[in-house]
Amino acid sequence: MAAIETNALERSFDELRAVAGIDMAVAEGEIYAFLGPNGAGKTTTVRMLTTLLRPTAGTARVAGHDVVGDPGAVRRQIGVALQEAALDPLMTGAELVRLQATLHGIARAEGRWKAAALLERVGLSDASSRRIGTYSGGMRRRLDLAAALVHEPRVLFLDEPTTGLDPASRQAIWDEVRNLNAGGTTVFLTTQYLEEADQLADRVGIIDEGLMRVEGTPGALKAQVGSPHLELSLADGGAERAEPVLARFGEVQPPRDGVVQVGLARGAAEIATVVLALDDAGLTVESLELVQPTLDDVFLAETGRHLEGADEGEDDSADPEPEAAGADARS
Amino acid sequence: MRRASAGQNLPVVGALARRSIVQTFRRPQFLAPILLFPTLLLAINTGGAGRAVDLPAFPEVGGFLDFQLAASTLQATMLAAVSGGVALALDFELGFNDRLLAAPIPRWVMIVGRLAGTAIMGVVAAVWFLAIGLIFGAEIVGGPAGALVVIALSALAAAAFGGLGAALAVRSGQASVVQGTFPLAFVILFLSSAFFPQELMQEPAATAAAYNPLSFIVEGLREPVLYGVSGEAILHGLGGVAIVGIVGVTLTALAMRARLRAA
Repeated sequence: MAAIETNALERSFDELRAVAGIDMAVAEGEIYAFLGPNGAGKTTTVRMLTTLLRPTAGTARVAGHDVVGDPGAVRRQIGVALQEAALDPLMTGAELVRLQATLHGIARAEGRWKAAALLERVGLSDASSRRIGTYSGGMRRRLDLAAALVHEPRVLFLDEPTTGLDPASRQAIWDEVRNLNAGGTTVFLTTQYLEEADQLADRVGIIDEGLMRVEGTPGALKAQVGSPHLELSLADGGAERAEPVLARFGEVQPPRDGVVQVGLARGAAEIATVVLALDDAGLTVESLELVQPTLDDVFLAETGRHLEGADEGEDDSADPEPEAAGADARS
Repeated sequence: MRRASAGQNLPVVGALARRSIVQTFRRPQFLAPILLFPTLLLAINTGGAGRAVDLPAFPEVGGFLDFQLAASTLQATMLAAVSGGVALALDFELGFNDRLLAAPIPRWVMIVGRLAGTAIMGVVAAVWFLAIGLIFGAEIVGGPAGALVVIALSALAAAAFGGLGAALAVRSGQASVVQGTFPLAFVILFLSSAFFPQELMQEPAATAAAYNPLSFIVEGLREPVLYGVSGEAILHGLGGVAIVGIVGVTLTALAMRARLRAA
Protein backbone atom coordinates (compact mmCIF):
# COMPACT_ATOMS: atom_id res chain seq x y z
CA MET A 1 0.00 0.00 0.00
CA ALA A 2 1.29 3.45 -0.88
CA ALA A 3 1.77 5.81 2.05
CA ILE A 4 0.48 8.67 -0.07
CA GLU A 5 -1.53 8.34 -3.23
CA THR A 6 -3.19 11.10 -5.22
CA ASN A 7 -5.30 10.92 -8.31
CA ALA A 8 -5.90 14.07 -10.38
CA LEU A 9 -5.73 16.11 -7.20
CA GLU A 10 -6.81 19.68 -7.74
CA ARG A 11 -7.36 22.82 -5.74
CA SER A 12 -8.60 26.13 -7.04
CA PHE A 13 -8.92 29.47 -5.33
CA ASP A 14 -11.57 31.30 -7.33
CA GLU A 15 -10.06 31.57 -10.81
CA LEU A 16 -6.62 30.36 -9.79
CA ARG A 17 -5.86 26.65 -10.13
CA ALA A 18 -3.17 26.34 -7.48
CA VAL A 19 -2.89 22.59 -7.95
CA ALA A 20 -4.00 21.50 -11.37
CA GLY A 21 -4.29 17.71 -11.21
CA ILE A 22 -1.51 15.81 -9.54
CA ASP A 23 -1.03 12.05 -9.71
CA MET A 24 1.50 10.73 -7.27
CA ALA A 25 2.31 7.65 -5.25
CA VAL A 26 4.75 7.66 -2.36
CA ALA A 27 5.79 4.26 -1.06
CA GLU A 28 5.95 3.33 2.62
CA GLY A 29 9.33 4.19 4.06
CA GLU A 30 10.26 6.55 1.25
CA ILE A 31 11.57 10.11 1.46
CA TYR A 32 9.78 12.02 -1.25
CA ALA A 33 10.70 15.61 -2.03
CA PHE A 34 8.37 18.00 -3.75
CA LEU A 35 10.64 20.47 -5.47
CA GLY A 36 9.44 23.69 -6.97
CA PRO A 37 9.66 27.46 -6.86
CA ASN A 38 7.53 29.77 -4.74
CA GLY A 39 3.94 29.57 -5.84
CA ALA A 40 4.34 26.20 -7.55
CA GLY A 41 1.59 24.55 -5.49
CA LYS A 42 3.73 22.70 -2.97
CA THR A 43 2.16 24.04 0.20
CA THR A 44 -1.35 23.78 -1.19
CA THR A 45 -0.71 20.11 -1.94
CA VAL A 46 0.63 19.51 1.57
CA ARG A 47 -2.36 21.27 3.09
CA MET A 48 -4.70 19.00 1.16
CA LEU A 49 -2.76 15.89 2.14
CA THR A 50 -2.83 16.92 5.80
CA THR A 51 -6.60 17.59 5.70
CA LEU A 52 -6.20 21.33 6.24
CA LEU A 53 -7.56 22.13 2.81
CA ARG A 54 -10.29 20.38 0.89
CA PRO A 55 -9.46 19.36 -2.68
CA THR A 56 -11.58 20.94 -5.40
CA ALA A 57 -11.34 17.75 -7.46
CA GLY A 58 -9.54 14.43 -7.49
CA THR A 59 -8.72 12.16 -4.60
CA ALA A 60 -5.93 11.68 -2.10
CA ARG A 61 -5.25 8.87 0.33
CA VAL A 62 -2.73 9.08 3.13
CA ALA A 63 -1.77 6.01 5.14
CA GLY A 64 -4.64 4.22 3.43
CA HIS A 65 -7.31 6.75 4.36
CA ASP A 66 -9.14 9.21 2.17
CA VAL A 67 -8.33 12.80 3.16
CA VAL A 68 -11.92 13.92 2.58
CA GLY A 69 -13.83 10.79 3.54
CA ASP A 70 -11.92 9.94 6.71
CA PRO A 71 -9.85 12.95 7.74
CA GLY A 72 -9.76 11.87 11.39
CA ALA A 73 -8.00 8.62 10.50
CA VAL A 74 -5.52 10.54 8.37
CA ARG A 75 -4.79 12.95 11.22
CA ARG A 76 -4.05 10.10 13.57
CA GLN A 77 -1.41 8.73 11.21
CA ILE A 78 0.42 11.88 10.23
CA GLY A 79 2.87 14.32 11.71
CA VAL A 80 2.95 17.81 10.30
CA ALA A 81 5.58 20.52 10.50
CA LEU A 82 4.26 23.37 8.44
CA GLN A 83 6.17 26.13 6.77
CA GLU A 84 6.78 29.07 9.11
CA ALA A 85 6.42 26.80 12.09
CA ALA A 86 3.02 27.32 13.73
CA LEU A 87 4.40 28.00 17.18
CA ASP A 88 3.12 30.10 20.05
CA PRO A 89 5.95 32.41 21.11
CA LEU A 90 4.56 32.60 24.64
CA MET A 91 4.78 28.85 25.27
CA THR A 92 7.95 27.06 26.27
CA GLY A 93 9.34 24.31 24.08
CA ALA A 94 8.38 21.65 26.61
CA GLU A 95 4.84 23.01 26.91
CA LEU A 96 4.35 22.85 23.17
CA VAL A 97 5.47 19.25 22.80
CA ARG A 98 3.40 18.21 25.81
CA LEU A 99 0.35 19.96 24.32
CA GLN A 100 0.96 18.13 21.06
CA ALA A 101 1.06 14.86 23.00
CA THR A 102 -2.28 15.68 24.63
CA LEU A 103 -3.78 16.51 21.23
CA HIS A 104 -2.88 12.98 20.16
CA GLY A 105 -4.44 11.36 23.20
CA ILE A 106 -1.21 10.56 24.99
CA ALA A 107 -1.56 10.44 28.76
CA ARG A 108 -0.01 13.28 30.73
CA ALA A 109 2.84 11.33 32.36
CA GLU A 110 3.75 9.62 29.12
CA GLY A 111 3.56 12.93 27.30
CA ARG A 112 6.02 14.44 29.76
CA TRP A 113 8.70 11.86 29.26
CA LYS A 114 8.12 11.69 25.54
CA ALA A 115 8.49 15.45 25.32
CA ALA A 116 11.71 15.32 27.32
CA ALA A 117 13.08 12.52 25.13
CA LEU A 118 12.17 14.28 21.89
CA LEU A 119 13.60 17.60 23.00
CA GLU A 120 16.80 15.77 23.93
CA ARG A 121 16.81 14.11 20.52
CA VAL A 122 16.61 17.42 18.66
CA GLY A 123 19.12 19.09 20.96
CA LEU A 124 16.70 21.39 22.76
CA SER A 125 16.82 20.01 26.28
CA ASP A 126 18.61 23.05 27.64
CA ALA A 127 16.12 25.39 26.01
CA SER A 128 13.02 23.38 26.85
CA SER A 129 11.85 25.72 29.60
CA ARG A 130 12.52 28.85 27.58
CA ARG A 131 9.75 30.63 25.73
CA ILE A 132 9.65 29.84 22.03
CA GLY A 133 9.78 33.54 21.27
CA THR A 134 13.44 33.46 22.29
CA TYR A 135 14.33 30.57 19.93
CA SER A 136 16.32 31.00 16.74
CA GLY A 137 14.85 29.91 13.40
CA GLY A 138 16.73 26.61 13.51
CA MET A 139 15.59 25.88 17.05
CA ARG A 140 11.98 26.57 16.07
CA ARG A 141 12.19 24.14 13.17
CA ARG A 142 13.72 21.46 15.37
CA LEU A 143 11.05 22.05 17.99
CA ASP A 144 8.32 21.82 15.36
CA LEU A 145 9.85 18.57 14.17
CA ALA A 146 9.94 17.20 17.73
CA ALA A 147 6.28 18.13 18.20
CA ALA A 148 5.35 16.42 14.94
CA LEU A 149 6.95 13.19 16.13
CA VAL A 150 5.38 12.89 19.55
CA HIS A 151 2.77 10.34 18.46
CA GLU A 152 5.17 8.38 16.23
CA PRO A 153 3.43 9.16 12.95
CA ARG A 154 3.57 6.81 9.99
CA VAL A 155 3.82 9.66 7.53
CA LEU A 156 5.62 12.89 8.27
CA PHE A 157 4.94 16.04 6.26
CA LEU A 158 7.60 18.72 6.32
CA ASP A 159 6.77 21.90 4.47
CA GLU A 160 9.98 23.69 3.53
CA PRO A 161 11.70 22.46 6.68
CA THR A 162 14.94 24.33 6.16
CA THR A 163 13.91 27.51 4.38
CA GLY A 164 15.82 30.42 5.85
CA LEU A 165 18.08 28.27 8.02
CA ASP A 166 21.84 28.50 8.22
CA PRO A 167 23.84 25.53 6.86
CA ALA A 168 24.47 23.98 10.29
CA SER A 169 20.79 24.07 11.24
CA ARG A 170 19.87 22.72 7.82
CA GLN A 171 22.27 19.84 8.27
CA ALA A 172 20.83 19.07 11.71
CA ILE A 173 17.33 18.84 10.24
CA TRP A 174 18.56 16.63 7.40
CA ASP A 175 20.26 14.29 9.85
CA GLU A 176 17.10 13.99 11.87
CA VAL A 177 14.99 13.33 8.78
CA ARG A 178 17.38 10.56 7.74
CA ASN A 179 17.23 9.05 11.23
CA LEU A 180 13.45 9.10 11.18
CA ASN A 181 13.32 7.53 7.79
CA ALA A 182 15.76 4.84 8.88
CA GLY A 183 13.20 4.01 11.57
CA GLY A 184 10.56 3.42 8.90
CA THR A 185 8.76 6.77 8.80
CA THR A 186 7.63 7.90 5.38
CA VAL A 187 8.69 11.50 4.82
CA PHE A 188 7.05 13.88 2.39
CA LEU A 189 8.88 17.18 2.22
CA THR A 190 8.54 20.25 0.10
CA THR A 191 11.53 22.32 -0.76
CA GLN A 192 12.82 24.95 -3.12
CA TYR A 193 16.40 23.89 -2.47
CA LEU A 194 17.97 21.62 -5.05
CA GLU A 195 20.56 20.32 -2.67
CA GLU A 196 17.96 19.39 -0.10
CA ALA A 197 16.01 17.32 -2.60
CA ASP A 198 19.21 15.83 -4.00
CA GLN A 199 20.68 14.93 -0.61
CA LEU A 200 17.61 13.71 1.19
CA ALA A 201 15.10 12.30 -1.21
CA ASP A 202 14.72 8.81 -2.56
CA ARG A 203 12.50 10.33 -5.20
CA VAL A 204 11.82 13.87 -6.31
CA GLY A 205 8.70 15.31 -7.86
CA ILE A 206 9.19 18.58 -9.67
CA ILE A 207 6.14 20.79 -9.51
CA ASP A 208 5.52 24.04 -11.31
CA GLU A 209 2.37 26.06 -11.85
CA GLY A 210 0.34 23.43 -10.06
CA LEU A 211 1.45 20.58 -12.28
CA MET A 212 3.80 17.70 -11.67
CA ARG A 213 6.39 18.16 -14.40
CA VAL A 214 8.48 15.07 -13.80
CA GLU A 215 9.35 12.68 -11.00
CA GLY A 216 11.96 10.05 -10.32
CA THR A 217 15.12 9.43 -8.35
CA PRO A 218 17.53 12.37 -8.34
CA GLY A 219 20.05 10.31 -10.31
CA ALA A 220 17.55 9.24 -12.94
CA LEU A 221 16.19 12.76 -13.35
CA LYS A 222 19.66 14.20 -13.81
CA ALA A 223 20.59 11.45 -16.23
CA GLN A 224 17.54 12.38 -18.32
CA VAL A 225 18.90 15.84 -19.04
CA GLY A 226 22.23 14.59 -20.32
CA SER A 227 25.82 13.95 -19.45
CA PRO A 228 28.15 16.13 -17.42
CA HIS A 229 30.09 18.91 -19.08
CA LEU A 230 33.60 20.22 -18.68
CA GLU A 231 34.36 23.89 -18.15
CA LEU A 232 37.89 24.80 -19.25
CA SER A 233 40.03 27.90 -19.01
CA LEU A 234 42.93 27.96 -21.45
CA ALA A 235 46.12 29.97 -21.38
CA ASP A 236 46.87 32.70 -23.96
CA GLY A 237 43.31 33.09 -25.16
CA GLY A 238 43.23 29.58 -26.49
CA ALA A 239 39.53 29.10 -25.97
CA GLU A 240 38.59 29.65 -29.61
CA ARG A 241 41.44 27.47 -30.87
CA ALA A 242 40.29 24.73 -28.52
CA GLU A 243 36.80 24.52 -30.00
CA PRO A 244 37.64 22.17 -32.92
CA VAL A 245 39.63 19.90 -30.59
CA LEU A 246 36.86 19.73 -28.04
CA ALA A 247 34.20 19.14 -30.68
CA ARG A 248 35.56 15.58 -31.01
CA PHE A 249 34.26 14.82 -27.51
CA GLY A 250 30.86 16.41 -27.53
CA GLU A 251 28.83 19.55 -28.06
CA VAL A 252 30.86 22.71 -27.49
CA GLN A 253 29.34 25.94 -26.23
CA PRO A 254 30.86 29.19 -27.55
CA PRO A 255 33.51 30.57 -25.16
CA ARG A 256 32.29 33.03 -22.54
CA ASP A 257 34.69 35.07 -20.43
CA GLY A 258 37.53 32.85 -21.61
CA VAL A 259 35.78 29.69 -20.47
CA VAL A 260 34.75 27.06 -22.95
CA GLN A 261 32.26 24.28 -22.20
CA VAL A 262 32.08 20.85 -23.72
CA GLY A 263 29.58 18.14 -23.01
CA LEU A 264 31.13 14.77 -22.22
CA ALA A 265 29.10 11.96 -23.67
CA ARG A 266 31.04 9.37 -21.69
CA GLY A 267 31.25 11.40 -18.50
CA ALA A 268 34.24 11.93 -16.23
CA ALA A 269 36.18 9.07 -17.81
CA GLU A 270 36.97 11.35 -20.75
CA ILE A 271 38.65 14.13 -18.79
CA ALA A 272 42.19 12.82 -19.21
CA THR A 273 41.68 12.24 -22.94
CA VAL A 274 40.41 15.79 -23.38
CA VAL A 275 43.40 17.28 -21.58
CA LEU A 276 45.83 15.18 -23.61
CA ALA A 277 44.16 16.18 -26.88
CA LEU A 278 44.42 19.85 -25.96
CA ASP A 279 48.05 19.37 -25.00
CA ASP A 280 48.77 17.70 -28.33
CA ALA A 281 47.24 20.74 -30.01
CA GLY A 282 49.63 22.99 -28.12
CA LEU A 283 47.01 24.40 -25.77
CA THR A 284 47.65 24.77 -22.06
CA VAL A 285 44.76 24.12 -19.67
CA GLU A 286 44.80 26.60 -16.78
CA SER A 287 41.82 25.15 -14.93
CA LEU A 288 39.03 22.72 -15.49
CA GLU A 289 35.87 21.78 -13.70
CA LEU A 290 33.57 18.85 -14.28
CA VAL A 291 30.01 20.06 -13.89
CA GLN A 292 27.39 17.40 -13.27
CA PRO A 293 23.78 18.00 -14.30
CA THR A 294 21.70 19.30 -11.43
CA LEU A 295 18.05 19.18 -10.59
CA ASP A 296 17.98 22.78 -11.76
CA ASP A 297 18.96 21.50 -15.19
CA VAL A 298 16.06 19.09 -14.92
CA PHE A 299 13.78 21.96 -13.92
CA LEU A 300 15.12 24.05 -16.80
CA ALA A 301 14.57 21.22 -19.25
CA GLU A 302 11.00 20.72 -18.05
CA THR A 303 9.89 24.32 -17.62
CA GLY A 304 12.30 26.43 -19.64
CA ARG A 305 13.21 28.37 -16.48
CA HIS A 306 15.72 28.04 -13.71
CA LEU A 307 14.46 27.19 -10.27
CA GLU A 308 14.27 30.13 -7.87
CA GLY A 309 16.74 29.67 -5.06
CA ALA A 310 18.86 27.29 -7.12
CA ASP A 311 21.97 29.28 -6.32
CA GLU A 312 21.23 29.28 -2.62
CA GLY A 313 20.82 25.55 -2.66
CA GLU A 314 24.06 25.07 -4.51
CA ASP A 315 26.38 27.20 -2.46
CA ASP A 316 24.50 26.56 0.75
CA SER A 317 25.23 30.02 2.06
CA ALA A 318 22.14 32.01 1.39
CA ASP A 319 19.49 32.98 3.85
CA PRO A 320 16.52 33.58 1.61
CA GLU A 321 13.25 35.03 2.72
CA PRO A 322 10.72 32.36 3.62
CA GLU A 323 7.67 32.15 1.43
CA ALA A 324 5.30 34.77 2.76
CA ALA A 325 2.22 33.09 4.18
CA GLY A 326 -0.71 33.92 2.02
CA ALA A 327 1.41 35.89 -0.42
CA ASP A 328 0.48 33.49 -3.13
CA ALA A 329 -2.26 30.98 -2.90
CA ARG A 330 -0.15 28.43 -4.74
CA SER A 331 2.82 28.61 -2.43
CA MET B 1 -0.62 4.81 17.27
CA ARG B 2 -3.64 5.91 19.25
CA ARG B 3 -7.22 6.36 18.33
CA ALA B 4 -9.12 9.47 19.39
CA SER B 5 -12.13 8.84 21.59
CA ALA B 6 -14.75 10.95 23.35
CA GLY B 7 -12.85 10.54 26.62
CA GLN B 8 -9.80 12.03 25.00
CA ASN B 9 -11.45 15.39 24.56
CA LEU B 10 -11.58 16.45 28.20
CA PRO B 11 -7.79 16.46 28.67
CA VAL B 12 -7.49 18.37 25.41
CA VAL B 13 -10.01 20.97 26.61
CA GLY B 14 -8.04 21.19 29.86
CA ALA B 15 -4.73 21.59 28.06
CA LEU B 16 -6.09 24.28 25.75
CA ALA B 17 -7.73 26.11 28.68
CA ARG B 18 -4.44 25.98 30.57
CA ARG B 19 -2.62 27.37 27.55
CA SER B 20 -5.20 30.15 27.26
CA ILE B 21 -4.71 31.19 30.89
CA VAL B 22 -0.92 30.98 30.72
CA GLN B 23 -1.05 33.06 27.54
CA THR B 24 -3.13 35.72 29.31
CA PHE B 25 -0.78 35.96 32.27
CA ARG B 26 2.32 36.02 30.06
CA ARG B 27 1.06 38.80 27.85
CA PRO B 28 0.48 41.97 29.88
CA GLN B 29 -1.60 43.51 27.10
CA PHE B 30 -4.12 40.67 27.60
CA LEU B 31 -4.18 40.84 31.38
CA ALA B 32 -4.22 44.61 31.85
CA PRO B 33 -7.62 45.25 30.27
CA ILE B 34 -9.21 42.43 32.24
CA LEU B 35 -8.24 43.59 35.71
CA LEU B 36 -6.61 47.00 35.49
CA PHE B 37 -9.19 48.97 33.50
CA PRO B 38 -12.23 47.83 35.48
CA THR B 39 -10.34 48.45 38.72
CA LEU B 40 -9.46 51.98 37.65
CA LEU B 41 -13.04 52.62 36.59
CA LEU B 42 -14.25 51.24 39.91
CA ALA B 43 -11.91 53.59 41.78
CA ILE B 44 -13.01 56.58 39.70
CA ASN B 45 -16.72 55.77 40.01
CA THR B 46 -16.73 55.12 43.72
CA GLY B 47 -14.49 58.12 44.39
CA GLY B 48 -16.39 60.53 42.17
CA ALA B 49 -19.98 59.36 42.33
CA GLY B 50 -20.15 57.78 45.76
CA ARG B 51 -22.90 60.12 46.90
CA ALA B 52 -25.23 58.78 44.22
CA VAL B 53 -26.55 56.39 46.86
CA ASP B 54 -28.16 59.40 48.53
CA LEU B 55 -30.44 59.99 45.52
CA PRO B 56 -34.08 59.46 46.49
CA ALA B 57 -34.79 56.54 44.15
CA PHE B 58 -31.45 54.80 44.64
CA PRO B 59 -31.98 51.30 46.05
CA GLU B 60 -31.09 50.60 49.64
CA VAL B 61 -27.44 49.53 49.56
CA GLY B 62 -24.54 49.29 52.00
CA GLY B 63 -22.45 51.65 49.90
CA PHE B 64 -21.69 52.69 46.33
CA LEU B 65 -18.66 50.35 46.23
CA ASP B 66 -20.95 47.43 47.13
CA PHE B 67 -23.24 48.46 44.26
CA GLN B 68 -20.41 48.88 41.74
CA LEU B 69 -18.63 45.56 42.39
CA ALA B 70 -21.01 43.65 40.12
CA ALA B 71 -20.49 46.17 37.29
CA SER B 72 -16.72 45.88 37.55
CA THR B 73 -16.87 42.10 37.63
CA LEU B 74 -19.13 42.02 34.59
CA GLN B 75 -16.92 44.50 32.77
CA ALA B 76 -13.88 42.33 33.51
CA THR B 77 -15.61 39.22 32.15
CA MET B 78 -16.47 41.07 28.94
CA LEU B 79 -12.90 42.26 28.54
CA ALA B 80 -11.64 38.74 29.27
CA ALA B 81 -13.85 37.62 26.39
CA VAL B 82 -12.38 40.28 24.10
CA SER B 83 -8.86 39.23 25.10
CA GLY B 84 -9.75 35.58 24.52
CA GLY B 85 -11.12 36.44 21.10
CA VAL B 86 -8.01 38.42 20.23
CA ALA B 87 -5.82 35.49 21.31
CA LEU B 88 -7.88 33.07 19.23
CA ALA B 89 -7.64 35.35 16.20
CA LEU B 90 -3.89 35.59 16.72
CA ASP B 91 -3.77 31.80 16.65
CA PHE B 92 -5.35 31.94 13.22
CA GLU B 93 -3.00 34.68 12.07
CA LEU B 94 0.09 32.86 13.34
CA GLY B 95 -1.05 29.49 12.03
CA PHE B 96 -1.19 27.91 15.47
CA ASN B 97 -4.73 26.75 14.81
CA ASP B 98 -3.42 24.70 11.88
CA ARG B 99 -1.64 22.62 14.51
CA LEU B 100 -4.98 21.99 16.19
CA LEU B 101 -6.84 21.44 12.93
CA ALA B 102 -4.28 18.85 11.83
CA ALA B 103 -4.69 16.95 15.11
CA PRO B 104 -7.26 14.18 15.62
CA ILE B 105 -9.58 16.27 17.76
CA PRO B 106 -13.10 17.54 17.07
CA ARG B 107 -13.19 21.15 15.87
CA TRP B 108 -15.38 22.30 18.75
CA VAL B 109 -12.69 21.30 21.23
CA MET B 110 -10.43 24.16 20.18
CA ILE B 111 -13.23 26.65 20.84
CA VAL B 112 -14.40 25.04 24.08
CA GLY B 113 -10.80 24.93 25.32
CA ARG B 114 -10.48 28.66 24.73
CA LEU B 115 -13.86 29.36 26.38
CA ALA B 116 -12.91 27.27 29.40
CA GLY B 117 -9.83 29.44 29.77
CA THR B 118 -11.98 32.57 29.50
CA ALA B 119 -14.35 31.15 32.14
CA ILE B 120 -11.43 30.72 34.52
CA MET B 121 -10.49 34.34 33.88
CA GLY B 122 -14.07 35.10 34.93
CA VAL B 123 -13.34 33.34 38.21
CA VAL B 124 -10.14 35.37 38.59
CA ALA B 125 -12.07 38.59 37.93
CA ALA B 126 -14.78 37.75 40.47
CA VAL B 127 -12.27 36.82 43.16
CA TRP B 128 -10.27 39.97 42.41
CA PHE B 129 -13.24 42.32 42.78
CA LEU B 130 -14.69 40.54 45.78
CA ALA B 131 -11.28 40.86 47.43
CA ILE B 132 -11.07 44.55 46.54
CA GLY B 133 -14.56 45.04 47.90
CA LEU B 134 -13.75 43.37 51.18
CA ILE B 135 -10.46 45.25 51.52
CA PHE B 136 -12.14 48.61 50.96
CA GLY B 137 -15.09 48.04 53.24
CA ALA B 138 -17.81 46.44 51.15
CA GLU B 139 -19.97 43.79 52.73
CA ILE B 140 -20.94 40.58 50.97
CA VAL B 141 -24.33 40.07 52.54
CA GLY B 142 -24.71 36.63 51.01
CA GLY B 143 -21.56 35.45 52.79
CA PRO B 144 -19.43 32.64 51.38
CA ALA B 145 -22.40 31.17 49.51
CA GLY B 146 -23.06 34.55 47.93
CA ALA B 147 -19.40 34.84 46.94
CA LEU B 148 -19.57 31.42 45.32
CA VAL B 149 -22.66 32.46 43.36
CA VAL B 150 -20.86 35.56 42.14
CA ILE B 151 -17.79 33.53 41.16
CA ALA B 152 -19.82 30.86 39.35
CA LEU B 153 -21.97 33.39 37.51
CA SER B 154 -18.91 35.41 36.56
CA ALA B 155 -17.29 32.28 35.09
CA LEU B 156 -20.41 31.46 33.09
CA ALA B 157 -20.77 35.05 31.91
CA ALA B 158 -17.15 35.14 30.78
CA ALA B 159 -17.62 31.93 28.81
CA ALA B 160 -20.83 33.27 27.25
CA PHE B 161 -19.21 36.55 26.21
CA GLY B 162 -16.22 34.49 25.08
CA GLY B 163 -18.53 32.84 22.57
CA LEU B 164 -19.12 36.22 20.93
CA GLY B 165 -15.38 36.93 20.88
CA ALA B 166 -14.72 33.49 19.44
CA ALA B 167 -17.33 33.99 16.73
CA LEU B 168 -15.64 37.20 15.63
CA ALA B 169 -12.21 35.59 15.80
CA VAL B 170 -13.23 32.56 13.77
CA ARG B 171 -15.14 34.64 11.26
CA SER B 172 -12.48 37.29 10.70
CA GLY B 173 -9.28 35.46 11.66
CA GLN B 174 -7.92 38.90 12.46
CA ALA B 175 -6.94 40.09 15.92
CA SER B 176 -7.46 43.72 14.95
CA VAL B 177 -11.13 43.07 14.14
CA VAL B 178 -11.76 41.49 17.53
CA GLN B 179 -9.77 44.20 19.25
CA GLY B 180 -12.03 46.72 17.54
CA THR B 181 -14.98 45.50 19.61
CA PHE B 182 -13.28 46.69 22.79
CA PRO B 183 -15.18 50.02 22.89
CA LEU B 184 -18.39 48.23 21.97
CA ALA B 185 -18.17 46.23 25.19
CA PHE B 186 -18.30 49.51 27.11
CA VAL B 187 -21.24 50.85 25.12
CA ILE B 188 -23.32 47.71 25.68
CA LEU B 189 -22.40 47.71 29.33
CA PHE B 190 -23.47 51.34 29.75
CA LEU B 191 -26.79 50.46 28.12
CA SER B 192 -27.49 48.12 31.02
CA SER B 193 -28.15 48.68 34.71
CA ALA B 194 -24.55 47.80 35.54
CA PHE B 195 -23.33 51.23 36.55
CA PHE B 196 -26.57 52.91 37.53
CA PRO B 197 -29.88 51.65 38.87
CA GLN B 198 -32.54 51.23 36.22
CA GLU B 199 -34.98 53.18 38.39
CA LEU B 200 -32.92 56.34 37.93
CA MET B 201 -32.46 56.05 34.19
CA GLN B 202 -34.24 58.20 31.62
CA GLU B 203 -35.83 56.91 28.44
CA PRO B 204 -34.78 55.36 26.13
CA ALA B 205 -31.86 54.18 28.29
CA ALA B 206 -34.23 52.68 30.86
CA THR B 207 -36.01 50.56 28.22
CA ALA B 208 -32.69 49.50 26.69
CA ALA B 209 -31.46 48.46 30.12
CA ALA B 210 -34.70 46.60 30.84
CA TYR B 211 -34.17 44.32 27.83
CA ASN B 212 -30.38 44.19 27.91
CA PRO B 213 -29.32 40.67 29.00
CA LEU B 214 -26.38 42.28 30.75
CA SER B 215 -28.84 43.83 33.20
CA PHE B 216 -30.02 40.34 34.14
CA ILE B 217 -26.47 39.11 34.57
CA VAL B 218 -25.48 42.09 36.67
CA GLU B 219 -28.54 41.55 38.82
CA GLY B 220 -27.40 37.99 39.44
CA LEU B 221 -23.94 39.23 40.37
CA ARG B 222 -25.17 42.13 42.51
CA GLU B 223 -27.88 40.50 44.57
CA PRO B 224 -25.60 38.20 46.63
CA VAL B 225 -23.40 41.17 47.52
CA LEU B 226 -26.16 43.62 48.39
CA TYR B 227 -28.98 41.50 49.76
CA GLY B 228 -28.00 37.82 49.95
CA VAL B 229 -28.48 34.75 47.80
CA SER B 230 -31.75 34.84 45.90
CA GLY B 231 -33.02 32.13 43.61
CA GLU B 232 -34.83 34.64 41.45
CA ALA B 233 -31.73 36.78 40.93
CA ILE B 234 -29.68 33.69 40.14
CA LEU B 235 -32.25 32.64 37.56
CA HIS B 236 -32.21 36.12 36.05
CA GLY B 237 -28.41 35.97 35.90
CA LEU B 238 -28.46 32.54 34.32
CA GLY B 239 -31.11 33.71 31.87
CA GLY B 240 -28.94 36.60 30.77
CA VAL B 241 -25.96 34.28 30.44
CA ALA B 242 -28.06 31.85 28.42
CA ILE B 243 -29.18 34.55 25.99
CA VAL B 244 -25.61 35.75 25.41
CA GLY B 245 -24.28 32.19 25.36
CA ILE B 246 -26.81 30.93 22.81
CA VAL B 247 -26.10 33.86 20.51
CA GLY B 248 -22.35 33.33 20.95
CA VAL B 249 -22.44 29.58 20.39
CA THR B 250 -24.67 29.91 17.35
CA LEU B 251 -22.52 32.59 15.77
CA THR B 252 -19.34 30.65 16.53
CA ALA B 253 -20.75 27.45 15.05
CA LEU B 254 -21.80 29.31 11.90
CA ALA B 255 -18.42 31.03 11.64
CA MET B 256 -16.56 27.75 12.12
CA ARG B 257 -18.69 26.02 9.53
CA ALA B 258 -18.05 28.83 7.06
CA ARG B 259 -14.31 28.72 7.74
CA LEU B 260 -14.08 24.96 7.34
CA ARG B 261 -16.16 25.05 4.16
CA ALA B 262 -13.88 27.70 2.73
CA ALA B 263 -10.83 25.55 3.51
